[in-house]
Amino acid sequence: MSVIILLLGASLTVGLTFLAAFIWSVKSGQFEDDYSPARRILFDDAPATEEKQHNAITKQ
Amino acid sequence: MTAVRTACYHCGETCNNHAIALDSKIFCCDGCKLVYEMLHEHGLCEYYQLNDKPGVSQRMQVRRDKYAFLEDAQIRQQLVQFRDDTQTHITFYIPHIHCSSCLWLLENLHRLDAGVQRSTVNFARKEVQVVFLQAQTSLRKVVELLAAVGYEPYISLQDLQHKKRPGVNRSLVYQLGVAGFCFGNIMLLSFPEYFSGPEGMDTVLFRYLNLLLSLPVFFYSAQVFFRSAWKGITHGFLNIDVPVALAIGVTFVRSLVDVLSAGGPGYFDAMTGIVFLMLAGRILQEKTYQGLSFDRDYTAYFPVAVTVINEEQETPVALPDIRTGQTLRIHHNELIPADGILVKGEALIDYSFVTGESAPVRRSIGEIIYAGGWQLEGNIEVLTIKEVAQSYLTSLWNRQELQQAEDKPASFIHLLGRNFTAVVLLVAIVTAAWWAFYNPARIWPSVTAILIVACPCALLLAASFTNGHILRILSRHRLYLRNAAAIERLADTDHIVFDKTGTLTGKHSAEVVFYGQPLRAAERLQVAALAAQSTHPLSRMVRAYCGESTLPVTDFASHTGKGISGKVQGNSIQLGDAAFTGAGADGDFTGSVVYLAVNGQVRGRFSVRNGYRAGIRQLFGQLRERYALSLLSGDHNGEAATLQELMGPGATLRFSQQPQDKLDYVLQLQAKGQRLLMIGDGLNDAGALKQSHTGLSLTEDSNNFTPASDGILEAGQLLLLPRFIQLCRANKRIILASFIISLAYNITGLFFAVQGALSPLTAAILMPSSSISIILLTWGLSEWAGRKLRQPLPLMADKDQLPG
Repeated sequence: MSVIILLLGASLTVGLTFLAAFIWSVKSGQFEDDYSPARRILFDDAPATEEKQHNAITKQ
Repeated sequence: MTAVRTACYHCGETCNNHAIALDSKIFCCDGCKLVYEMLHEHGLCEYYQLNDKPGVSQRMQVRRDKYAFLEDAQIRQQLVQFRDDTQTHITFYIPHIHCSSCLWLLENLHRLDAGVQRSTVNFARKEVQVVFLQAQTSLRKVVELLAAVGYEPYISLQDLQHKKRPGVNRSLVYQLGVAGFCFGNIMLLSFPEYFSGPEGMDTVLFRYLNLLLSLPVFFYSAQVFFRSAWKGITHGFLNIDVPVALAIGVTFVRSLVDVLSAGGPGYFDAMTGIVFLMLAGRILQEKTYQGLSFDRDYTAYFPVAVTVINEEQETPVALPDIRTGQTLRIHHNELIPADGILVKGEALIDYSFVTGESAPVRRSIGEIIYAGGWQLEGNIEVLTIKEVAQSYLTSLWNRQELQQAEDKPASFIHLLGRNFTAVVLLVAIVTAAWWAFYNPARIWPSVTAILIVACPCALLLAASFTNGHILRILSRHRLYLRNAAAIERLADTDHIVFDKTGTLTGKHSAEVVFYGQPLRAAERLQVAALAAQSTHPLSRMVRAYCGESTLPVTDFASHTGKGISGKVQGNSIQLGDAAFTGAGADGDFTGSVVYLAVNGQVRGRFSVRNGYRAGIRQLFGQLRERYALSLLSGDHNGEAATLQELMGPGATLRFSQQPQDKLDYVLQLQAKGQRLLMIGDGLNDAGALKQSHTGLSLTEDSNNFTPASDGILEAGQLLLLPRFIQLCRANKRIILASFIISLAYNITGLFFAVQGALSPLTAAILMPSSSISIILLTWGLSEWAGRKLRQPLPLMADKDQLPG
């Protein structure tokens, strides 16, 4: 029986963690704009384009 | 092929002979080239790599001191969200945002202006939030920078009043999350109870845990229903949430008593489950369309400030501060914000938005100019005779009728729910009486069980899920309804009122007819080349009529208010009004006329008028069988005969209708008990749209501004109107069908309940299975009803052409 109580506590804690994560994600507006985050992540690591290299050369 | 080769590198528009080459790239105009140079200089050319030709044409230059009003501290104060000694936070609405290049460039603003600290785009809302340092830049500079790179923010009078733009109701989502968490865990924790077998195990702990978990659902998640029920009761209207709240309350109390008296596990899983599903349905039904607004009034169209001339000085003044007797300078392509007398310049005003007249009108000094028109040519000065809020157009909004709260009829669901509850209460009373006679101990369990089972939640679920599905199906076909109630009202329509200009006629279906000596193919191209030099709407139409041409034009001259001239392939060509071309006023023509003279000789005239949208004949053919039809047009009655023939002999046609007349006509029909659907597009229809049973505003592009209405319909989909109404009718039938099926579940439940033998397990199985089957059923039926919208219209384009 005590094992069950332990498991109950564990499962409820896990559940609560996910509930908290859900509320946080809604609060931070993650469901409001489903377009820009997916694009934004690609920008910084985008490979240097010809244009950029060209700029770099002209600046030098 | 030529079109591909000569597409502007920045905006992708076809370049004419003015094309500018730079860095082996071609630009259609100086504006586009400037943007490119600016981005190139700052190493931001990745903009062009992310998407092909992502820009917006810069042919229309932004006036240099257009944003001077942003220097005004008071105006600035009202626009910004937050400001301290160093930083300012402001959110701009930028209609041009359309691709990842836009996103990238706007979030790299700091590379163009070091004073910008951060800029974040909300793509769905087409907004960008900018944080900048006042010490290094200013609001005006930021806005001008945005305008310079082709992302001019839209700043309207509405922004001054800080109206909140609609968003998702977040608290409902939190409530759903909490209900979902509790429901899932309660269901899990009920398993030992249901499946422990005859020898049993000690389940007291589980029962109390369930009780604990049900508390947030009852006191937090179910609040929506309690509030709505209470609001209904205080307003003397028994809405469907009253029986729902009653059932939730009874279930909770019964379960509480069961657990505390160690009499049983209670019905917590059934209760939390139903709350969870009903919340899900409510969220589905309350879908909002980001980027669309159904509540626009004139403030959304009016600028924030206008230039006032005071002792030769030009000062920007906020619109609410305009007084009578001031002289306003209205620049080229600006809106006239207040009624006034023209004191300087030649006015050519496009009133189509206000009155529905399709052709721009000319006004000369001394004449009264009404607010709401766009000045098309050059700058004018206007002496105000009324304040902005008292102007003819704006006073329409301030009318008493329109200020009143909507008293549109309530949904049939509430009525149905009420009858249903009455029957259930009757069953409960009879059962109570029966057990009082035979075994009083069973009154409590049986009566509470009846009330639990008899929750009209299946009806509410059926209604909210069906409405949600139908709203989505409609939006897939680009009819965006404001809310679920609009579906029902649209289904009830028996009289359809149309506006003419912009509704039956389309901007893109302008018809140009040439009268005079026929033009040779070569001459047509020469005329096209000249017309391509001007952005005047009439020039564009003439060009579209004459075809694509990239012939070089020399000696080009634009004579404001008169016409344009230039030399093409050695021929000097003039396009313009009668006096300009030397045609002389020879007869009156309806619509707009452009005369053509080649080498000083008048060749004839282009008559421009808006053509009807394709398929209008067919649309009216279908509609007139079922609905009474009316037409309210701000235009003259030149086309009365054609329209009468199109709309059928029974239709009422009214011409030269002012906005007030349109509203009065709607009121008059409503007094006769008719349920109106009004379809319009401009500010001139706004009063009528708002007053009608259902008002749909038509738009060429859903990013455009539309007047306040119950729905926004994309113009290309107008022909689907009969099918849209049909689908809305099906909506009611689907709800009823689902309800009848759910009754079967209710009766099964009642069968156990009246005997006082409704075990928690039975309830736990019955409740979710009935709910989920109802949800699946409504989804299936809605999709099935919506499939008709996908079928191609049986339309023959050739047969549909109207006689010119």
